[in-house]
Amino acid sequence: MALEEIVEHCQNLYDDLDFSSVIRWKNAASGRKVIGHMPVYVPRELIHAAGMLPVGILGGGDQLDVIHGDAYYQSYICRIPRSTIELAVTGRLDVLDGMLFPSTCDVIRNLSGMWQLKFQDKFVRYVDVPQDFDLDVGGAFYTRELQQLRDDLAELSGNEITDEALNASISLYNENRQAISELYAYRSAQPWQAPTPEVYLLMRAGMLLPVDEHTSLIHDYIAAAKAIKRPVRDNCRVVVNGLFCEQPPLGLLKSIEMAGCYIVDDDFMLVARWLLKDVPTNGDPLRNLSHAFINYSVETSCKYVPTREAKGKFLIDSVRNSHAEGVIFSSPSFCDPALLDRPMLQKALTAQGISYTAFKFAENSGQMQPIREQAGTFADSIKLWSAA
Amino acid sequence: MNTAATDTADVQKEESMILQKAMISANYDALSTAHEEGKKISSTFVPGNLNELLMCFDFVRNLPEINALQAGMRKKSGGYIMEAERSGHSEDVCTYVKTDLGMMSKGQVGPNGKPLPTPDLLLLSYTGCFTFMKWFELVRDQYDCETAMLHVPYQADGKITENMRHFVVTQLKEHVIPTLERVSGVKFDIDRLREYLRESAKAEDDLVWVLQSAKNRPSPIDAYFGGVYYCGPIFTAFRGTRETTDYYRSLRVEVEDRLAKGLGPVTPEGTLEEERIRLVVEGPPNWTHFRDFWKMFYDEGVVVVASSYTKVGGVYDFGFRHDPDNPLETLADYCLGCYTNHSLPSRVDMLCNYMDEYQADGFLVNSIKSCNSFSAGQLLMLREIEERTGKPAGFIETDLVDPRYFSSANVKNRLESYFQMIEQKKARGQDRTAA
Ligand code: SF4
Ligand code: SF4
Repeated sequence: MALEEIVEHCQNLYDDLDFSSVIRWKNAASGRKVIGHMPVYVPRELIHAAGMLPVGILGGGDQLDVIHGDAYYQSYICRIPRSTIELAVTGRLDVLDGMLFPSTCDVIRNLSGMWQLKFQDKFVRYVDVPQDFDLDVGGAFYTRELQQLRDDLAELSGNEITDEALNASISLYNENRQAISELYAYRSAQPWQAPTPEVYLLMRAGMLLPVDEHTSLIHDYIAAAKAIKRPVRDNCRVVVNGLFCEQPPLGLLKSIEMAGCYIVDDDFMLVARWLLKDVPTNGDPLRNLSHAFINYSVETSCKYVPTREAKGKFLIDSVRNSHAEGVIFSSPSFCDPALLDRPMLQKALTAQGISYTAFKFAENSGQMQPIREQAGTFADSIKLWSAA
Repeated sequence: MNTAATDTADVQKEESMILQKAMISANYDALSTAHEEGKKISSTFVPGNLNELLMCFDFVRNLPEINALQAGMRKKSGGYIMEAERSGHSEDVCTYVKTDLGMMSKGQVGPNGKPLPTPDLLLLSYTGCFTFMKWFELVRDQYDCETAMLHVPYQADGKITENMRHFVVTQLKEHVIPTLERVSGVKFDIDRLREYLRESAKAEDDLVWVLQSAKNRPSPIDAYFGGVYYCGPIFTAFRGTRETTDYYRSLRVEVEDRLAKGLGPVTPEGTLEEERIRLVVEGPPNWTHFRDFWKMFYDEGVVVVASSYTKVGGVYDFGFRHDPDNPLETLADYCLGCYTNHSLPSRVDMLCNYMDEYQADGFLVNSIKSCNSFSAGQLLMLREIEERTGKPAGFIETDLVDPRYFSSANVKNRLESYFQMIEQKKARGQDRTAA
């Protein structure tokens, strides 16, 4: 596939608020089921191993008219839950047979209860993950939680989830994670060749497509991108942080790049990058998933950092590894996790002499001019410093 | 609404309130002098606090939420919040956190006018609120002291599973207790814990009796504005002590006496003479204008007969008591059972039960800007409860400690029209019964 075709395909998936591709997948064979999940992390391998399709539900973006959703939330609560409710009450999520709500924050936690109250015929599970990172304590708790989820998903799907099936799913998700790592490494090395708005769309496609199809699409994209030469701009290199839950409008990412910043690392669609290494595909799969979570998963605002010294280290490593020159904190308005974390991360960056700038957005922000100006000023200041 | 008090300059207080005030000041004094006296200080949050356990290690207990609340009542929180915002904290986030951080950067002066010393241990019981985790990380960043973390899983399906309980108990055994031993230098004695738990259970019995006295007509207590005082000792640094048992015994005697005399609740202006409306309230109160806020209710003869906020530091009225025979398991169940650790459907069930059992005329939500844990989903809860009970529901918005979000005129207007609506509905109901 040519690059334009791939990007167009992803753009169409992104624009489709009716989840037509998911409906098509579901209707392609009888008995198929679909499970939605909110950001930030759920073990999608379990859904896959039950023969069901995991679908990332990421709010309504800037194209959805939120008419009913606002009646469910006070003005001081972020946008993603209200547009998600809007998607549901307008029937767009009818294709889902169940929803998983991860332990991201109090808003998503409470949304799980709202789902239980409003959609009583649907399968709803809250996915608790440990904030204690001792394998024998938090790890053991999580393994047992995974077992419960495995039983529940098996019952819903009508398919037993065997160790073999689960290990096969883990293997497919390992391949997907490897492809994504390759994509991120490629973008980091030559960000002009893989602009972030395109990378973002590719990652979003992974929230809808079957995992193997998504992996192939990433390989195709990398191959197509390598086959052409795109102009190199005199942009600075930045990491963006804060996009792990409520989604930025695509225009926001375009504005950052147009303002003179190449995004070389980010924290969107973390579900696909949560585990930093391959999960073993032999032995006890639940134990392996649990150990992966405890021993090598990303750091984000939804996760406790056990020591003061380690706070911010993950972000600093991301800056160093991607040879970034600064960080753009782009946090959803009213997002307690991101906004409470920000001062600590900024302090850690300052200690390392890493520059940053910060602003807030909402998924339906329309006015990008101020963001473009701020990102532009930030890019200019970085260039000035590196020239000095 | 007239009250029995003639001299409104003198704020009326129940005996137990005076007792409690003395306990709180003594605790602040103990905190101020702890280090001089060779004692260690722990800092911890209200929901899921492990007071009995901390006492086993002789810690003097500091609760940042209570400091924030006190700062709100003393009209100092506004300045602290601005201070925190000036140093880079977002205007969007929980104002308890910002009050605490602002207070810290202004010298951490306690309500007794003396600086609160640096804690020796931060114990994060991560119960029912995500923000606690970030608050804890922020405080840890300032203090650089020993920390212990207890992850309390969320009761998403309305029940405590064996895995949840086991997880909490294992964390206590493997991480929390060894850290407490190391920091304090005191060896853990499970029998000492049992003794404290035994005391807790006695006080809990009396607290529940007091809260449930509001089922009577007229209610001898206000279970929200008065209720926050009644819960003070048991929710904070005092649960498990003899003086707390005594406090609740004397509170109970006081309320029994009021009940026998057919008296209404004590308000800052004296006894409420006529109970016109009975409400169930969901959500924390506002602290910066606490007295004005309360007046908006008692002036109209409105009594809160049950509230969810008085369950935030422990839900006791459905049978749970600290159990000395199962000391660690009971601590786990206590933490898991705090109000905001309950799912929304459980919260709705609980509130509907209150509407029914306490014969309330209406259900009011005080939605707090700061608090996603309480507030996210409250509008749906409100509709659900209105539908199930057929009683009118009202909705107001304020904040805990940010004075910028308490608009007196607005809140008063809304409350007045809501109370009128209830009166009308009650009158229609009475007409129908008469006809
Ligand atoms: S944007 Fe932030 S506050 Fe809102 S649901 Fe996501 S993590 Fe929670
Ligand atoms: S969000 Fe609510 S429960 Fe959590 S610390 Fe703030 S006020 Fe307390």
